[in-house]
Amino acid sequence: MSVVKFIIDGVECIAEKGEYLLQAARQNGIYIPSLCHLEGYKPRGSCRICNVKVNGRLMTACTTPVADGMDIENDTPELRDIRTAILEILFVEGNHFCPACERSGNCELQAQIYRHQIMAPRFPFQFPDRDVDASHPNILKDYNRCILCKRCIRAIKDENGKSFFAFKKRSHKVEISMDPTMKENLTEELAQRAMEVCPVGALLRKEKGYDTPIGKRKYDKQPIGSEIETAK
Amino acid sequence: MSKPVVATTSLAGCFGCHMSILDIDERILDLIELVEFDKSPINDIKTFSRECDIGLIEGGCCNSENVEVLRDFRKHCKTLILVGECAIMGGLPALRNNIPIKECLEEAYLNSPSVTENEERIIPNDDELPIILNKVYPCQEIVKIDYYLPGCPPRADLIWETLVALIEGRKPKLDYELIKYD
Repeated sequence: MSVVKFIIDGVECIAEKGEYLLQAARQNGIYIPSLCHLEGYKPRGSCRICNVKVNGRLMTACTTPVADGMDIENDTPELRDIRTAILEILFVEGNHFCPACERSGNCELQAQIYRHQIMAPRFPFQFPDRDVDASHPNILKDYNRCILCKRCIRAIKDENGKSFFAFKKRSHKVEISMDPTMKENLTEELAQRAMEVCPVGALLRKEKGYDTPIGKRKYDKQPIGSEIETAK
Repeated sequence: MSKPVVATTSLAGCFGCHMSILDIDERILDLIELVEFDKSPINDIKTFSRECDIGLIEGGCCNSENVEVLRDFRKHCKTLILVGECAIMGGLPALRNNIPIKECLEEAYLNSPSVTENEERIIPNDDELPIILNKVYPCQEIVKIDYYLPGCPPRADLIWETLVALIEGRKPKLDYELIKYD
């Protein structure tokens, strides 16, 4: 493996060739905000939060392999504004009632909003008409909160590598659905894993929730990504 | 120089945000030194008696009265601040936004298990009552808003720091832990 050198916000970094930019930055103690990215799984580049400027062009850091001599902008006012706008769009596009959500405090969308210090979205709330599907014995799907990151599709598979989840419908009506022939095989462990990979509260294990007190939840005290930045 | 005048109100809210204002504890003594209150549930003044500097709005708009009060606040307050999730995004009352009004009223007055004494099956519709809106509206969709304080409720320190900074004419210093959506 050959080593490549690149620059993020003026800081010289090194990584192995072929590594994705997002991971490479994190190895160098630089946090690039991300939402749909899930470590260990194929990147998808759907949420666009990880947008950076590579030699002046916008690229998603999770899907861009690092190359020698790349000059990358990450934490600039322009990029912060782009990311903030995307987060606000994601927030108004669904029904994110944080005060009543089981995931509040541990939610990655909320954590990014906190990190970017968003006081209120600039866009009007859409209040889309969406359902809750509680038909499965182990898992509850709340479409109001889904941000279509495809993490569950990528991560929750059976022993043959077949996904339990898939996209159904088109355009703004897209929703996550479970393969009806595989429903019975979704064990409690897999349901637990599905809840963990979901960045928001769209997939929840049944009969579980609100078990961590306020003040002790993941993003109550420290911003998302701070563990990467302090490791530097 | 006279003290800045503050007005507050709760629209479609639960008064939790007002409780959070009181949660500044003993600093409430500093607050009375710092500002005067006009129309507010805290002093029970019902109508504006003068022009105000700061208006604090709790709750979204779920009926015609809420809209009227909010517009009145915009008219009388130089700076309007939304306090809490309900004011900013409708909050829990907005959970009804995808349920037809008829269904909501029937559930509340006729069908809910807690309805025990409504033998004539009346849904209140007196002319004196404010008309319920088709959905709950975030306040910034009705009038122009200057600042937003998220939280359910917003932390007392967030309200305090914002108020003091505004009065002192500086940028508020907001720690990470102050901005929360729950």
